Amino acid sequence: MMAGAKSFWLHVAVVLVLFALNFLLPEYHRGVFSRAMVLAVFAMGYNLAFGYTGLLSLGHAMFFAAGLYGAGLPIYHLEWSAWPALGTALLAGAALALAVGFLALRTAGVAFMIVTLMFAQVFYLATLYFGAYTRGEEGLVLPQAARALPLLGWNLVLTDPPTRYMIALTLLASVLAITFLLVRSPYGRSLIAIRENEERMRMLGYNVFANKLGAVVVSGVICATAGAAYGLLFGYIGSGFASIQYSILPLLWVLLGGAATTLGPIIGTLFMFYAVDLASSYTSAYMLVVGLALILLILFFPKGIVGTIRERWLPWLP
Amino acid sequence: MTEFGNVQIASKRGITRRAALQGLGVVAGAAAAPGFVRYAQAQSSEPIRIGFQCHRTGIGAAYGRWYERVTSATAKLINEAGGINGRPLEIIIEDDGTDPARGAEVVQKFANQHRVDLIYGTLFSHVVVGSAPAAGELKIPYYVVSEGYHVASGKMNRYCVQPGITDVKAQVRSVAPWIAQNLGKKVTLVFPDYAFGHDHRDFFGPALQAQGGEVVALVPIPPTETSFTRYLPQIPRDTDVIYHVMVGPAVLTFVKELGEFFGSGGPQLFGFIDSLEAVDINSPGLEFLEGSHFWEGMSRYAQPNMPEYEAVYRRTVGIDENGASVNDPNDVSTAAHMFGCWETLYVIKAAMEAVDYRGPQDRAKMIEATEAMTEIDAGPEHPQGRKTFNGKIHQVFGEQNISQVKDGKLQVVHRTSLEDGLYEPEADYTTMPF
Repeated sequence: MMAGAKSFWLHVAVVLVLFALNFLLPEYHRGVFSRAMVLAVFAMGYNLAFGYTGLLSLGHAMFFAAGLYGAGLPIYHLEWSAWPALGTALLAGAALALAVGFLALRTAGVAFMIVTLMFAQVFYLATLYFGAYTRGEEGLVLPQAARALPLLGWNLVLTDPPTRYMIALTLLASVLAITFLLVRSPYGRSLIAIRENEERMRMLGYNVFANKLGAVVVSGVICATAGAAYGLLFGYIGSGFASIQYSILPLLWVLLGGAATTLGPIIGTLFMFYAVDLASSYTSAYMLVVGLALILLILFFPKGIVGTIRERWLPWLP
Repeated sequence: MTEFGNVQIASKRGITRRAALQGLGVVAGAAAAPGFVRYAQAQSSEPIRIGFQCHRTGIGAAYGRWYERVTSATAKLINEAGGINGRPLEIIIEDDGTDPARGAEVVQKFANQHRVDLIYGTLFSHVVVGSAPAAGELKIPYYVVSEGYHVASGKMNRYCVQPGITDVKAQVRSVAPWIAQNLGKKVTLVFPDYAFGHDHRDFFGPALQAQGGEVVALVPIPPTETSFTRYLPQIPRDTDVIYHVMVGPAVLTFVKELGEFFGSGGPQLFGFIDSLEAVDINSPGLEFLEGSHFWEGMSRYAQPNMPEYEAVYRRTVGIDENGASVNDPNDVSTAAHMFGCWETLYVIKAAMEAVDYRGPQDRAKMIEATEAMTEIDAGPEHPQGRKTFNGKIHQVFGEQNISQVKDGKLQVVHRTSLEDGLYEPEADYTTMPF
């Protein structure tokens, strides 16, 4: 079988397994998977910038939070329904990513990390400053009645666990398909080439800045979509999601799963979720246990779980 | 009106009592049937499982440590007295890391994995707000000990209740008259520039105005600030009182710099002990607090005239006369808040006994029984003092202490009346569906 066909069927199989798990998993784990799938979308968005384009951003929490607030604030204050709120979330993510990308991409390397970190800090402090609308770190609860998606005559109630799981899976599958197609497209190849040797790409006549800006915008929109979905599916929006922690987490998930792999972010997110969940059942020093587990993992899987599998056994993995 | 322990439950909601009686009848009938005897016995001896959402780690860890101790002590006491409806109480603890996202996951874990009867004990308001939607969706009672206004605001859901500790709006309204009458009418507010500080800003101003006082300046401090000297010149010279609610490690620097700025002749100081919970009032740098006043939900230091039930409470939870652990004098308690765990567990007990709680099918009835509570007398089950519960907004109201730092100890100088803190409800949870 051709490498492309193999990886295509692998992705289809992953989606089918996740679909089946909706009916097989116990209630609690179905809830965990719903949450982890939405956060995996966030990680997949981050992976596009970091893994494929080589842009080590420390500020992606602002894109996630742009989606979270972009959807949540109109619902809470203007009593909008979910669909138009989803639209504003994507617009907010795209506009923010365009503006931040335009300015931050004038820098590179460590300077890019610092600039993105500072932009994210500005965004985080803004969510606190406009506490009259956001309630800052305390946050807002989205009304249950507003958390529904009318679709083709159906009314999908987002508080219903199986429906929530299916929506999270649909989102994950869509973003997986987009990233799968994107990274295999000529544009995706050019992003990987920029990551590998930016100067050579410039010499070959590529507009490196425009390509990178495109990657930041697509990445920002995917992260904003994840943020909007998180708010709508779980009903809470708060400044904590704009904090530095939520810029570090996707980096961790991606490194753990495997940077520049399409499936890595999903594996990394699920691994971290269960590592915290299991370790916290035994000790309050669970972050220490998780830290040790991560060190061991990186020692034996230096390119992340999927990245190392690709390097050692399955070179056709995208 | 029916009495359950110290809690009176209004009988105007006949449906609750009728439902309880019907439930009793059904249970009695089922128990009498031969095939159900074993089941009924198994049910009656099965523990009532309470999921305790605890801040074991994160910014709330000091509070969490003491909330856990009080919860264990109260559960032990309840079990020694026969449990709830003859069933022992089992507390299952999960750490939420004082994080709202993890808080919501913990609620799911309690409901779907631990299969607890209810969830209880959350303090930090962002964790409550982050977790409440999950509790509402899972239709599991969520008894918080948080003191935020979020429950009373009506923005949570029918399952979210705060029956063991008063909220910040009531606290602020309670202390405002005393401040205006005793410390001065011109007040400057120094507060952290986020939701917690904004609550004080928004509630204190109107309460002070109602007493003929005036907020002469607002000094919001950005949350990232670590030094405060440059903000202190914003305090007008004619200020009578500085009302401060700084929290976290910054409070030590804040007080020290305030002392250096004003020397011995500054305005009066009034603060909320939240800033200094679990912190020794005699810590280096806090000398400037001598003579200043604080709000305390319950007094940290043993007071000479305290009732016997308060002394019993202090002994049972393991605090000495200075409000520190009996095992370690440096381990200062969060006395002004942690009584809420004790009182909430007794409210839960009263509500469960009112509806003869048998299992998750009685959760809605239990919430209705809590909503029906009105007057709560002071006593062994409610050592902080008498209270009244407003079922519409799921919030309890009570008396507050105003204490002064004298010779390095907090001494209660005034106890506000319960009525001082009352306000018009802005919501009605009882009209919301379950």
